[in-house]
Amino acid sequence: MDIPYTVAARPDTGLNNGKIGIWLFLASEVMLFGALFASYVMLRAGATDWPPGATYLNVPLATLNTVVLISSSVTMVLAWASLVKGDFGRFRLFLGITILCGLGFLVVKFFEYSAKFHHEYFPSTNTFLAIYFTLTGLHGLHVIGGMAVNSWLWGPGSKMWKTDPAHFTNRVENAGLFWHLVDLVWIFLFPVLYLL
Amino acid sequence: MNEEAHADHAATHGHADVDRQVRGAILVFLCLLVLTGFTVTAWRLHLPTHLAITLALLVATVKGSLVAGWFMHLVSERKLIYGVLALTAVLFVPLLLFPVLTSSSALHR
Amino acid sequence: MAQPTAAVPHHAAPETHHLGFWRTYVFSTDHKTIGIQYAVTGLLFLLFGFSLMMLMRWQLAYPGRALPLLGSLLGEARMPAGIMLPEFYNQLGAMHGTIMVFLGVVPLAVGGFGNFVLPLQIGAPDMAFPRINMASYWCYLPGGVVMLLSFFAPGGSAQSGWTSYAPLADIATSGQTWWLFGMVFLITSSLLGSINFIVTTIQLRAPGLSFFRLPFFVWAQLVTSFLLLLAFPPLEGAAILQLMDRLAGTSFFLPSGLVVSGQALAATGGGNPLLWQHLFWFLAHPEVYVLILPALGIVAEVVANNTRKPLFGYRSMVYSVIFLGFMSFIVWAHHMFITGMGTTMATFFQTTTMIISIPSVVVLTALIISLWGGSIRFTTPMLFALGFLPMFGIGGLTGLPLGLAATDVHLHDTYYVIGHFHYVVAPGTIFGLFAGVYYWFPKATGRAMNETLGRLHFWGSLVFMNVIFMPFFVMGLAGVSRRLYDGGASYAHAQHVLQWNVVSSVGAWCLALAQLPFIFNFFWSAFRGRRVEANPWEATTLEWAAPSPPPHGNFETLPEAHRGPYEYSVPGAGRDFVPQWEAARA
Repeated sequence: MDIPYTVAARPDTGLNNGKIGIWLFLASEVMLFGALFASYVMLRAGATDWPPGATYLNVPLATLNTVVLISSSVTMVLAWASLVKGDFGRFRLFLGITILCGLGFLVVKFFEYSAKFHHEYFPSTNTFLAIYFTLTGLHGLHVIGGMAVNSWLWGPGSKMWKTDPAHFTNRVENAGLFWHLVDLVWIFLFPVLYLL
Repeated sequence: MNEEAHADHAATHGHADVDRQVRGAILVFLCLLVLTGFTVTAWRLHLPTHLAITLALLVATVKGSLVAGWFMHLVSERKLIYGVLALTAVLFVPLLLFPVLTSSSALHR
Repeated sequence: MAQPTAAVPHHAAPETHHLGFWRTYVFSTDHKTIGIQYAVTGLLFLLFGFSLMMLMRWQLAYPGRALPLLGSLLGEARMPAGIMLPEFYNQLGAMHGTIMVFLGVVPLAVGGFGNFVLPLQIGAPDMAFPRINMASYWCYLPGGVVMLLSFFAPGGSAQSGWTSYAPLADIATSGQTWWLFGMVFLITSSLLGSINFIVTTIQLRAPGLSFFRLPFFVWAQLVTSFLLLLAFPPLEGAAILQLMDRLAGTSFFLPSGLVVSGQALAATGGGNPLLWQHLFWFLAHPEVYVLILPALGIVAEVVANNTRKPLFGYRSMVYSVIFLGFMSFIVWAHHMFITGMGTTMATFFQTTTMIISIPSVVVLTALIISLWGGSIRFTTPMLFALGFLPMFGIGGLTGLPLGLAATDVHLHDTYYVIGHFHYVVAPGTIFGLFAGVYYWFPKATGRAMNETLGRLHFWGSLVFMNVIFMPFFVMGLAGVSRRLYDGGASYAHAQHVLQWNVVSSVGAWCLALAQLPFIFNFFWSAFRGRRVEANPWEATTLEWAAPSPPPHGNFETLPEAHRGPYEYSVPGAGRDFVPQWEAARA
């Protein structure tokens, strides 16, 4: 039994099912991170003093991570574009770079967290560090999730390119949308936590 | 089945169309790098708090809009998606603001 | 008994591939199987949650008295010598609320009815994402199991109310951590489900089924799905923060200088308990509309079908639920009027709360006016739908003094609140859900439920629900607080209303007896009920075009909609209904 509009667009909405599905999911993610940002606002507004980010955090490393994530977003677009043009080889190249950038981001995060723990800066130390670890931790989980999906699409999932290239291209596009959201969240996390 | 599928799917997205999107994405990438540099430089200037917050959030919003508009191709998306996102944006504001507005330290009465 | 129309297929879908027991009945991707899984699991949780309350009602009626037989079975940690400990009472209270709302009503109303009926009513072969649908059930069930197992954690289950307010929940026993993890499972299940419902409704409508030809039930489920999609994530965020407080030593919700049992709490402080309340109620207020909307949808279907006339004010009802859904996101702090928010914000939330009552009144009024001039058939579903109307009216009206800050100050956290929300959910929503069970059981099983047992179930439930909940308004107005393990017995101001505790408790135990005909009817009719054809209720919406029960793929040929959903008593038509799927005459 075939579900209609899995790949083809429904004429009146102009969309296929997966595209709507992923955007609905992203909307829910915006509300999830929104709640944590709202918590940041409420806690900071109610605090007598709030440390500048640089007191505890490494701005150069985070700037590097920002560049890494932005780059991975571009390579994600290029991976999708390669599929649209039928170039499976370049798709694998660009998606591979995207995954490696994600890995790089996580490695930097690992060094950041280790340094904190080494200095005995834990989530329990103060409210700033609590929200820092929670926000970046949840974001980090999303990076891992995105990398898992991308790795599956790079590896076993890519078998679909041979049987249903349009469907596979859409899947990569949707995974890309998720990955861009991960980048977008970081674009706000970086200044809020590190620079303000 | 394979040839049909390829032809079918190449037809639905014109190659020129995709090339334009790729060029747009690369341009956006460069803008993002510049804006990142700008926001870090602004940080090093140690501006007064309110100005620093406003500027940082403004730059982040511009960067975010570029990612949303071009990487996520929202500039050429369908009305339904715009509708879902508009609804989300409208509900995002009370979530962010009302808790702090109800705290006694925030609103002067 | 309806004549089958020409469009009704009598043969199963051609490709019935053999999937084996596990893929057919356990890990199915068929929305009908998943819907039945949700419905049966939800009904079982409702029964369990109700049982917890029956136990509580012994303590409330006879505080400090040993419960014969059952009391001694529950052990020293819960009921030593058969007498309920306050800590156990609190566990029962917190879990009763949690189980009824999150494991019972919503899974039945949305997961059960939504999954089973929605694709059929829009003429679709299944949901847009069948595997995600299966995943959604398999996140719900483990979440439910985690919640049940939490009773066996050291110190027992969560015991800080279903609302889990900080700082109490932050420092509570390990059962609270189980609750938080359980909620993560349930929220995930809900998100997967809501995405599926929205995409399915938008994309898989049959040809000719424009939005304003959709049955009201579909609109109700669509709005509900948006509420779930956008309101649950902040609670997930809050749960993460509370887990951090409990497991990582943070102080998101712990204020500085907190003293517990005479000792300063060893925590960083600097947190805000009200932050939890905001994030919790941001979900929990839309959640109450999640509780009512599917039931309103079911009642609308049953009323149209059993009055043999179109719904009055269909368009107004649709615009009302859309407006209601939107407003539901900006009223939440009416649960927090006594937290010191100041008059500006209190006025804002009071105003939005008053405004939101308007669409509810529009929908209820439209349903009541729909009865006018109808040829009413008093079938069991219709009895429950008719009972729903005044009961939801009482529930809604009693909400008004709670939505106004000045009166809420006196009524907040009293039995009045418990009376208000139970009227809306119990003889409100649950009556709607019962109506739905009796109405769609024939479609799901190919057999009808017994009408006599249905009447017994209805009258017993109606009478005893009122016996339980009406006294709560009296007690609340007298100032009896909620969540008191002795029902107010140790308070002077409560003495003159304490006898109502006994009345409510007897009502609860009698209500349990009134459910026996239903439980028997449900299982007996599934095997021995009178067999029915595709459209036993002579209804107009698309689900009645499919066989009873529908095969995999639902329809042999997918139907087309040729007209609106409630073409009953059309002048000039041969009979008193014209189904949506019937081709237009030349």
